[in-house]
Amino acid sequence: MSEQFPVEAGHIMLFARSIGDKNQIYYDSDYASTTEAQGVIAPPTFVAASSQFDEGYSLRPKIGEPWFGSGKTATGVEKQEGGSGGLHAEQHYEYHRHLRPGDVLHSVVREGEKWERESKRAGKLKFSETITEYYDQNNELVITARSVGVVTERPIDQ
Amino acid sequence: MTLKASDISEGQEFSEVVAENLTRTQIVQYAGSSGDYNPIHTDEVYTKEIAGYPSVFAHGMLSMGATGVAITNLVGDGRLTKYGVRFVNQVWPGDTLTTTLSVESISEEDGQFFVDLVVSTSNQDGREVVRGAATARIDP
Repeated sequence: MSEQFPVEAGHIMLFARSIGDKNQIYYDSDYASTTEAQGVIAPPTFVAASSQFDEGYSLRPKIGEPWFGSGKTATGVEKQEGGSGGLHAEQHYEYHRHLRPGDVLHSVVREGEKWERESKRAGKLKFSETITEYYDQNNELVITARSVGVVTERPIDQ
Repeated sequence: MTLKASDISEGQEFSEVVAENLTRTQIVQYAGSSGDYNPIHTDEVYTKEIAGYPSVFAHGMLSMGATGVAITNLVGDGRLTKYGVRFVNQVWPGDTLTTTLSVESISEEDGQFFVDLVVSTSNQDGREVVRGAATARIDP
């Protein structure tokens, strides 16, 4: 993501609701100003929402383009890759400080290691690691994220 | 509320239910807030017929986010310094998730106390779905 990720109060509120967190620190600025944090902050996993601002993000329908989810038919594209596509295997965050409404982040992304493993439940698993550093409007490092994705050979047996 | 080193001991466990009868609607909410619109999370037709799963299932990051609710409720707001997980099993609509946080160690560095927690979230069948670790600044 080279684009900017503006951290907005309404977005933090919606995100907190969606993870089932009713903590007032995420939406009530009057309450939040009386706490140690001295204002609204974002939940620890909020940078996951940076994909909203990633122009090329493949898991968001693009206006006017075919989408691989269902419409008249079960998928909107002709060819579908085997297995489940990519799944999320691991996510790790290191917090240098917590995000606040008004922050504007940008990130530096680099590829990490790649490895493979056989599994009984899903065949060959191909793992790949991505390290993302999120910087704020003052170019200070605020969050370091390490993500591991996995592509399975077939859907995971249930 | 913030956690105090003097109030906890190594090996102590804390549990909280972080999702009860998880609904497809909450998964849709998470798709909307996070921006991850992969149809395997919200589109039952696609997921059954094309992806080959029995139903839609939650984003890994939804289970990490819900697990994080138990962590911040324990350690306090803005106190986390590290939080990481592995997604070890899928989370399905109807699941009830319970997070258990175990105090692994308490340490002090230049007068600042930290707690290391072992993080584990399991479903109603006792099957672990998220496994990880978290570190937070705590009061003396």
